Amino acid sequence: MRRYILNRLFQFIPLLIGMTFISFLIIQISPGDYFTQLKMNPEISPETIENMRKLFGLDRPVIIQYFYWLKNIFTFNLGESFSYHVPVSFLIKVRLKNTIALSIFSILLTWIISIPLGIYGAIKDKSFNERVLSFFAYIGISLPSFFIAMLVIFFISKTAILPLGGTTSIFYENASGFEKFIDYLKHLLVPGIILTLSGIGSLYRLMKNNFLEALNSPYIFTACAKGIPTYKIYFKHALRNAINPMITIFGYELSGILSGAGLVEIITGWPGMGRLVLEGVLSFDLYLVMASLLIGGILLIFGNLLADILLALVDPRVRLR
Amino acid sequence: MKKTLQRLRKRNYISYISFWIIVFLYFLAILADFIAPYPFNKQFRDYPLCPPTKIHFFDHNKKFHLRPFVYEVKLVNPALNQYEIVKERICPVYFFVKGEKKKILGIFPSTRNLFGTKEGKIFLFGTDMHGRDIFSRILYGARISLSIGIIGVSISFFLGFLIGGISGYFGGKIDNILMRLVEIFMMFPAFYLMLALRAVFPLNLSSFQIYLLIVIILSLIGWAGLARIIRGMVLSIKEEEYVLAAKSLGLSSFRIIFKHIIPNTFSYSITAITLSIPGYILGESTLSLLGLGIQEPYPSWGNMLSVCIGNLRVLSNAPWMLIPGLFIFLTIICFNFLGDGLRDVFDPKNW
Repeated sequence: MRRYILNRLFQFIPLLIGMTFISFLIIQISPGDYFTQLKMNPEISPETIENMRKLFGLDRPVIIQYFYWLKNIFTFNLGESFSYHVPVSFLIKVRLKNTIALSIFSILLTWIISIPLGIYGAIKDKSFNERVLSFFAYIGISLPSFFIAMLVIFFISKTAILPLGGTTSIFYENASGFEKFIDYLKHLLVPGIILTLSGIGSLYRLMKNNFLEALNSPYIFTACAKGIPTYKIYFKHALRNAINPMITIFGYELSGILSGAGLVEIITGWPGMGRLVLEGVLSFDLYLVMASLLIGGILLIFGNLLADILLALVDPRVRLR
Repeated sequence: MKKTLQRLRKRNYISYISFWIIVFLYFLAILADFIAPYPFNKQFRDYPLCPPTKIHFFDHNKKFHLRPFVYEVKLVNPALNQYEIVKERICPVYFFVKGEKKKILGIFPSTRNLFGTKEGKIFLFGTDMHGRDIFSRILYGARISLSIGIIGVSISFFLGFLIGGISGYFGGKIDNILMRLVEIFMMFPAFYLMLALRAVFPLNLSSFQIYLLIVIILSLIGWAGLARIIRGMVLSIKEEEYVLAAKSLGLSSFRIIFKHIIPNTFSYSITAITLSIPGYILGESTLSLLGLGIQEPYPSWGNMLSVCIGNLRVLSNAPWMLIPGLFIFLTIICFNFLGDGLRDVFDPKNW
């Protein structure tokens, strides 16, 4: 087990290096650098800029610059934001928390809803209920997440049952710890529900297909022939085999969830990484954008690693390989 | 083509209908000049946020009119954008009504529109804040939103075929390196990568430059997944005997890949293409929605929705502003249905 995890970790290292290199390349091909902005500032003398250039290694060849940049990244020095005049790492730290909270919340909700629905759909395959479920799943897959967000916001603007925008209410400062948590959760609900709605469809379909495939396997046939109770067949034999591919898919789904979260954050006003990136793009804040891209990628890598470990935990075939 | 359609019709009727809906949408986009009652940038200053015009056959005296008509509307409360129907003013709807001068398909000069009114205004889907007809803007926007899918997917597929083909055919070190590259691209969350690539270029470009930029960004994001699919297919096809035959005839690798292997992946590729077009349409809409894509006054389905972000008043008072989203949804669900149907049809198990 430990060897397997270490093996996976080592496989991610070249990926990580490649990602940093591509992020760096994107900064390189864009016109101007960090200092073109500073040059505009009359308070900073050209000598200071020249010294800073040397410090950051910007007078060296590109490859060496890359290593400078890489060194900075490993010390969590992601550069300084042009527009906020604070280190990028500080900005990201605040927003990353919100994005992770949103993602985890919606992942949990999506799985809790779609796995049982998928099992139900597979057991009742081709029944009326299953057809209705699949129909809605199809609509869910095809509705763009931003459109779902707009529809939900439209609904909420009519009914005003949930708070919209931001992470906290006005009374947040004076609230007790538990109230603070509840308040945060309430604000999380709208973007969380939107993200869940846009993710349920595809997960339901995948789960249904996996479970169906498991149900049609010869070992289920054998189990039936031996007279094992139906619930045991479903939840002990079929479920275990159907859930494995889902865990692999979890790694891929994560990319979609992070992307979706970024967009939903912008539309619902949830202050997460997505909003930060958009602000960065609009104010041409390159270091901010690149750092967010990199952090997004690293989150994905860890998500995939987590999926691999989970898979190893539930599937001995993977563990022993 | 015809055979495939027939089989589609037999096996999966919904996908068959979806196919024709898609054709119809493209048809609308191409003939937008003629079908749209107003130009996309025509502002009716007296009609901001006007609700959709209802088409009537019976007037308020319950009298039947063979020719459908609309009532004239009047802005009664500019602060709340409330409109009132003027019951006395009946404006019949005519076909081939005279409108503004334009060139249909960019070639044929004409002043006629498919339909319209001589007096009064006809806003099938209402108007936006500047009093522009949303129906007309949707038709013109379809040109951008629908064409980007096709062009983007062609570029991605070219890259995908090239890299996936080389990677799958040669295998070994080349395969290893190329596939690691693909993995790196797939490891970035698409939304962040899209914004990061957009950040490299200045915000204020001409609309044509932005169009090209969007296509390039979306294909740069999309090629990796396709290359992986094609590599898989090439890997299995390269073991076939006719490839061995081609090899023993001394054909060059390039020729074998592109003349013998790639054409055999077409049936799968068409499915993959159909299923990946929605991604491009979504990508364009997302960028335009965030104000990073197609800029006003040019319409795209995405940027028509951008007023709905953070603007609760518009959203709750003028829900017809969401109609472009319905069109995005319709297009995507049709492509999804069609893709699923094609997969069914091309699956050898079902023959």
